Amino acid sequence: MLEAQKLAARRGFSRLFDGLSFRVGAGEALVVTGANGSGKTTLLRTLAGLTALENGEIRWQGRPVGPFDPELRAAVAFSGHLPALKDGLTAEENLASLVALEGSPASRDAIVEALDGVALSPQRTLPARVLSQGQRRRIGLARLTLVSRPLWILDEPLAALDTAGSALLARILGRHLANGGLAVVATHTPLGLPDSRLASLVLH
Amino acid sequence: MAATLAFAPAHSDTAWPAVRWAIVRDVKLALRSRAELGVQLLFYVLVASLFPLAMSPERATLALIGPGVLWVAALLASLLSLPRLFAADYADGTLEQIALSPHPLVALVGGKIIAHWLTTGLPLVAIAPLVGLQYAMDEQTLTVLAAALLIGTPILSLLGAIGAALTLGLRGSGSLLALLILPLYVPVLVFGAGAVEAVRTGLGASAHLSLLGAGLLIACVGAPFAAAAAVRIALD
Repeated sequence: MLEAQKLAARRGFSRLFDGLSFRVGAGEALVVTGANGSGKTTLLRTLAGLTALENGEIRWQGRPVGPFDPELRAAVAFSGHLPALKDGLTAEENLASLVALEGSPASRDAIVEALDGVALSPQRTLPARVLSQGQRRRIGLARLTLVSRPLWILDEPLAALDTAGSALLARILGRHLANGGLAVVATHTPLGLPDSRLASLVLH
Repeated sequence: MAATLAFAPAHSDTAWPAVRWAIVRDVKLALRSRAELGVQLLFYVLVASLFPLAMSPERATLALIGPGVLWVAALLASLLSLPRLFAADYADGTLEQIALSPHPLVALVGGKIIAHWLTTGLPLVAIAPLVGLQYAMDEQTLTVLAAALLIGTPILSLLGAIGAALTLGLRGSGSLLALLILPLYVPVLVFGAGAVEAVRTGLGASAHLSLLGAGLLIACVGAPFAAAAAVRIALD
């Protein structure tokens, strides 16, 4: 379970949010919405343990966690604005490298299968340089299916994805939640998941 | 709580897989962009070759300035390659994933530093004796030059990593990096060039090389931790 109590953050002199409290349980996704600049990305980076809080406390499985907490790092899969892909490596090499970095190296067959699962088989041996933004996003989705992490933190996962890609994300995320996973998702577009699994948080 | 048991724990307390991951990946990336490596090596050869052209080509003069010039050129070449160490990973988001990985960050950063030395420092060590021929150095002097560079260039990569991490995301980080790091390079320059100079004047280089080795040990212990801390600050 992920709990947040009275979180506050500022960028420069402007206060982004204050007194923010919520709780995400197993099998639930928290959908964070809000205008541009309302602090969605800052909130997600804070929950992932990349950014220090100005105030408040984050608890993972009942234990308070700070930035770069080892427990949190072993539990979280973070997908930010940047795709973390290397232009010089192929789609397959990029994916293999990313999951090995996450401490759960996958066999070549598993990598090929994961790329197939996100409809990237034809692009498997192409360098990431020539892939479109949406195809790059799909490599990120394949990564989520390979690393076995209970907490997914996704910043605008639907950006650049086409209709089929969005459906793919909904399916992957739905399976994650059904397995008892947690997710915090910042998005402007509906995720296409049943409302019973979703909680909503609006930043002002 | 029981639901989370479905997820495999991803703890990793051993450093070796992380070091290997970083070395393999960075060396592979460097070999994919060989042109960049060539530029750095060519820069070293060019800088070191300008001095004989600018000064009188007397053997005595060249032998006198040779050790200093070859070491200063090594410092500049190292500086040229440093921004590559973290900046690309920072720009494409890989550094976030590296910092959030369950592997120890120090090990990942350490691996990146080793890869940086393998792709920039080691080629320099290999080519330096050839460049040194321009300075009328004899065989023994060239051997000591290569030995001093072999011990000294890893220190340049280690210290440079701290500066490269500290200047991440800053405007004009390249020039700031030079101002920050060049003063730290001074002891390496003094003992490195000193070793070559000592053997030329017949004093023997072992004292200088030992001091360089001691410096390398200290840098090995301290620099990866400092660079890792700086990476975390840069991501905040």
